[in-house]
Amino acid sequence: MSVVVARELTKRFGEAEAVRGIGFEVRERECFGFLGPNGAGKTTTMRMISCTSPPTSGDLEVLGMPVSRGREIRRRMGVVPQENNLDEDVSVLQNLLIYARYFDIPTRIARATAEELLYFVALSDKRDWGIPQLSGGMKRRLLVARSLINDPDVLILDEPTTGLDPQARHLVWEKLRSLKRQGVTLLLTTHYMEEAAQLCDRLVIMHEGRILIQGAPRELVAREASPQVIEVFDPSPDAAVALQRLDGLAERSERLADRWLFYTSQGERLLARVREVVADPGAVWLRGATLEDVFLQLTGRGLRE
Amino acid sequence: MSAEALAAPGRVLRKPDLRLPSAWRVWQRNASIYRRTYKLNILPNFFEPLFFLLAMGLGLGTYLSIRGLPYIDFIAPGLVATAAMYGTSFEVTFNCFVKMKFGRIYDAAMATPLSPEDVALGELLWGTTRSLIYGVVFLAIASTFGVVHSWLALLSPVAIALIGMMFSVIGLAFTAVIPVIDYFTYYWTLFMTPMFLFSGIFFPLDRLPQWVEGLAWFMPLHHGVNLMRALVLTGDLEAAALAALWIVGLTAALFVLPLNLLRRRLVR
Repeated sequence: MSVVVARELTKRFGEAEAVRGIGFEVRERECFGFLGPNGAGKTTTMRMISCTSPPTSGDLEVLGMPVSRGREIRRRMGVVPQENNLDEDVSVLQNLLIYARYFDIPTRIARATAEELLYFVALSDKRDWGIPQLSGGMKRRLLVARSLINDPDVLILDEPTTGLDPQARHLVWEKLRSLKRQGVTLLLTTHYMEEAAQLCDRLVIMHEGRILIQGAPRELVAREASPQVIEVFDPSPDAAVALQRLDGLAERSERLADRWLFYTSQGERLLARVREVVADPGAVWLRGATLEDVFLQLTGRGLRE
Repeated sequence: MSAEALAAPGRVLRKPDLRLPSAWRVWQRNASIYRRTYKLNILPNFFEPLFFLLAMGLGLGTYLSIRGLPYIDFIAPGLVATAAMYGTSFEVTFNCFVKMKFGRIYDAAMATPLSPEDVALGELLWGTTRSLIYGVVFLAIASTFGVVHSWLALLSPVAIALIGMMFSVIGLAFTAVIPVIDYFTYYWTLFMTPMFLFSGIFFPLDRLPQWVEGLAWFMPLHHGVNLMRALVLTGDLEAAALAALWIVGLTAALFVLPLNLLRRRLVR
């Protein structure tokens, strides 16, 4: 069964078209990612899926229901928003209990669930803390706990680890993987390629309101990028002239402010040639292509906004 | 939500998507926070009327009497109506705006089965509750000054709740449309304060030029004052009913505004 089905999904705000006729299907129990630069339409798509932004046109079904049946869908859904919207007027535990009430969960059950969830996100000893006392990572974990209070079938996460330090990020990832094992379908947006590669079974890359490609992360890298990349750090003018002549040997090359990139399927051979013209061995290295290469190739390197 | 409503989420005159138990959850959230701090909060509610009645009633009253009545007896019912007005107004303007815009707690509620209309109704009911607390406390204090002259005063809690709901609806509708918090200055200085001064709390309007009374008829607080005065001072059931009718009529006419305006704000 598909958890989310979108066809020709479009969202306009006045003249501006934030989402332009996209289609995708999220299957049960998978982790599905939305990647894209800022302004690509990821958050708008997530808001439509979580039934807080009605589509302008197209079809969108969640858990087998059209999004116009928002109350029923949201009863079975959890949402971790991009920006912290915890209730600052009450404690950590109260945040969960008040939220539970919004789902008509009886207090006794809510208490037990809340304690379990605080344990799950390692905040048990912070249960009586105020929200302003929490660090960014703790707030994010509490948002995850809050989104699980109704034991959702599908969990929506809008940039779940933005602004977190590496420790907190790994902790959140670990929790998401364990949820997935428990059978929760995960939908997440991110602009961390590593996050997408780590967590997502399948993903789409969005750009300017459209879906450019979709598939499994590894499959996308294999399909869309050359398997290997040679990076040359800040070549001297002489070396640069020599490097230009190697362009033809690579499948694609790119010049950035401080680096040159050669995309190739014959890394070792090209690497030897590059080393001939660049004196400093530490300035040249060969690596496998990543999702980030695919992403940048598709969406460009220019700054959005 | 009907398909038609979905097509026009911003429409102000649509049937609200309401579910009473959900609205109640919002009331419960506010009440649980208030309960924690009510001792701190309720104390000023006692002192304010006390000071007011002492200064205006006994102070000014030494020099004034109206229609042969002590001045304090004349103004006390109007001040109860005012207390009801202020009780909810702080709540549904500043507090709700902060919750909506800075705390984003309404956004959080939108990820639950709650609808924007549920949230709005919950806030209206909570504002009305605050009015009830303010108004009843005020009346209780005032009664110790011997200002209650009619058994109809027993109906005061109902009257205070009606006044509270009316101002909740007006205030929350305003809150739902303003872009920045500074707009409340207009609400308070151009709406609340003139009403407080010209609604017939401090002086009878019937000796003033005709147009003054005509103008006052359009002021919601004027009818709140009339209602409270009829119940507490004159015991005039007919006047009370007339004023209550005006208040219920306006409340009913405007009721869907805050609900649908909040939807327009939260569901985009």
